[in-house]
Amino acid sequence: MATVDRTVGGRRPGSTMGASEISISIHGMHKWFGQFHVLKDVNLEVKRGERIVICGPSGSGKSTLIRCINRLEEHQQGSIVVDGTKLTNDLKNIEIIRSEVGMVFQHFNLFPHLTALENCTLAPIWVRKMPKAEAEEAAMRYLERVRIPEQAGKYPGQLSGGQQQRVAIARSLCMNPRIMLFDEPTSALDPEMIKEVLEVMVELAESGMTMLVVTHEMGFATAVSDRVIFMDAGEIIEENSPEEFFKNPRHERTKLFLSQILSH
Amino acid sequence: MTESATAPRYAPGTHPDLPPPRRTTGVAGWMYKNLFSSPLNIALTVIGAFVLYSIVPPMLEWAFLKSIWTAESRVECWDKMEVPEEAACWAFIKGRLNIFIYGFYPEAERWRVNVSFVLLIFAVLPVLYDRLPQRKRWFWYVAAFPFLAGWLLVGGFGLTPVDTDQFGGFMLTLIIGVTGISFSLPIGIALALGRTSDLPALRILCVLFIEFIRGVPLIALLFVASTMLNYFLPPGTTFDLLMRVLIMVTLFSAAYIAEVVRGGLQGIPKGQVEAADSLGLPYWKAQRLIVLPQALKISIPGIVNTFIGLYKDTTLVLIIGMLDPLGIGNASLADAVWAGLAREVYLFIAVFFFLCCFGMSRYSLYLERKLHTGHEEI
Repeated sequence: MATVDRTVGGRRPGSTMGASEISISIHGMHKWFGQFHVLKDVNLEVKRGERIVICGPSGSGKSTLIRCINRLEEHQQGSIVVDGTKLTNDLKNIEIIRSEVGMVFQHFNLFPHLTALENCTLAPIWVRKMPKAEAEEAAMRYLERVRIPEQAGKYPGQLSGGQQQRVAIARSLCMNPRIMLFDEPTSALDPEMIKEVLEVMVELAESGMTMLVVTHEMGFATAVSDRVIFMDAGEIIEENSPEEFFKNPRHERTKLFLSQILSH
Repeated sequence: MTESATAPRYAPGTHPDLPPPRRTTGVAGWMYKNLFSSPLNIALTVIGAFVLYSIVPPMLEWAFLKSIWTAESRVECWDKMEVPEEAACWAFIKGRLNIFIYGFYPEAERWRVNVSFVLLIFAVLPVLYDRLPQRKRWFWYVAAFPFLAGWLLVGGFGLTPVDTDQFGGFMLTLIIGVTGISFSLPIGIALALGRTSDLPALRILCVLFIEFIRGVPLIALLFVASTMLNYFLPPGTTFDLLMRVLIMVTLFSAAYIAEVVRGGLQGIPKGQVEAADSLGLPYWKAQRLIVLPQALKISIPGIVNTFIGLYKDTTLVLIIGMLDPLGIGNASLADAVWAGLAREVYLFIAVFFFLCCFGMSRYSLYLERKLHTGHEEI
């Protein structure tokens, strides 16, 4: 296994080519839910700073794929290497990877008994052992970045869906992740709130964060992604730059999918 | 409606805020809405008023207005009344108040019970009231309290030893109740976590324990504690009966708490654990910081319900010969001088239990309201 720079401060070190430029590499990965074969021979390399959009019909395994990357789901065959650390049953490794990989969920999953600010400071304080004052200061910076510092003292139940999702993004960013995973971050939002969340995500993408985004927001895919991956029935069917993907889809399945989501 | 015909009209967008119709607010509005809104409601109000009228005044008369507070015997009590037996004879309770409180705890040592009680109040305060200044430091005292109280009540180390079979009355109820409540909660939470754990051995162990305890009546467990435990212990070991009762009562209520908390744990969406996992929180921290605070909040009504049940079940120790308030009451009624005053005794004991349980119930409501962080009204 290649040893990789794991220092917390040394984010995105220059542009030296080599193994450390690979952020995530997945080889021959299979996953089953009981008898059901959800992911079939998935191979994927993500370079540092790359923005990837994953799309596909529901049940195609796209959420499961990104949930395997931080071990919310366990894969049964093949290998997943995140930032130089191979995912095994070793709990310590899993916790390290999870603290370096942020995740944003479809239903936000904010902690309802904590204020927005406490949601953001919880992990830095209890995982990174950061002093409370410092964690709060950092959290306020991120809440400003997602443009809701004035809601810091409110509980999730008092915020709109769009505001909750932005708090959730800030909560992940507070851990200074190297990689961000987004699992359909706008699917549960009202139309007028989708925009405010997408704006934050675009800004994050422009800052150079490595991002894997499961979404059907094709505007987002065209605007910021480096690559679009299309999945169906547990397989990666097609992988291309966004321009090519939308203009010249190669597979019949992709064409059908695009015609369905673009014509509605 | 005819009113709307005469009401002033406003141009669109200029309608001012008007006060609500008179009948919907204020005392009259409340009475109309809650007491006289329909024929059925009016009938129920009248019946309710009649029932209150026929019960409350005689009750007050019996308990307070005509009751006798000083007398040496039942006969003297009745002689003081206009009609014998028409009212309560509280002199009986007054004369035996100390036994009701302390049981047969030696009179000269009763200050130790009083001191323990005051210390108990100071130990309960930081647990129940979270805005107490320096609350974290108080917990050292809370942790030390059981040992301190144990030493004060049982004696030894400089204090005259008092045998636990001399304990009785409300003091005994409080000892069993407070011990049971404070130890069964952490044990119950641990059992609930064990039962929902991914480790099969641990899970099976917890399930067996919970199902066994829940499948056996508390009285049976108390009999086991009082008689059979000696068979299982090495010969010659003496193991205080009160201690055995405390352990049994604690384990009994822990099994119930475990099931209540498990219900709460199931009410927490899977996404909460996933969010905690995705932030890299280890299992125990995720449980302590994310899952349990929410699960316990949902479980408050069930937990307090179990505690109230436990508190009242302390009276069952009567059956294995311990003198809880009911035991003292029964013994008092056997006194020839006072026999026949069962109403006074049982009412007095009922009031004591009611006050304790009602207090717990109110506190749980306060806690629910305080922990409510959502948008909607309770």
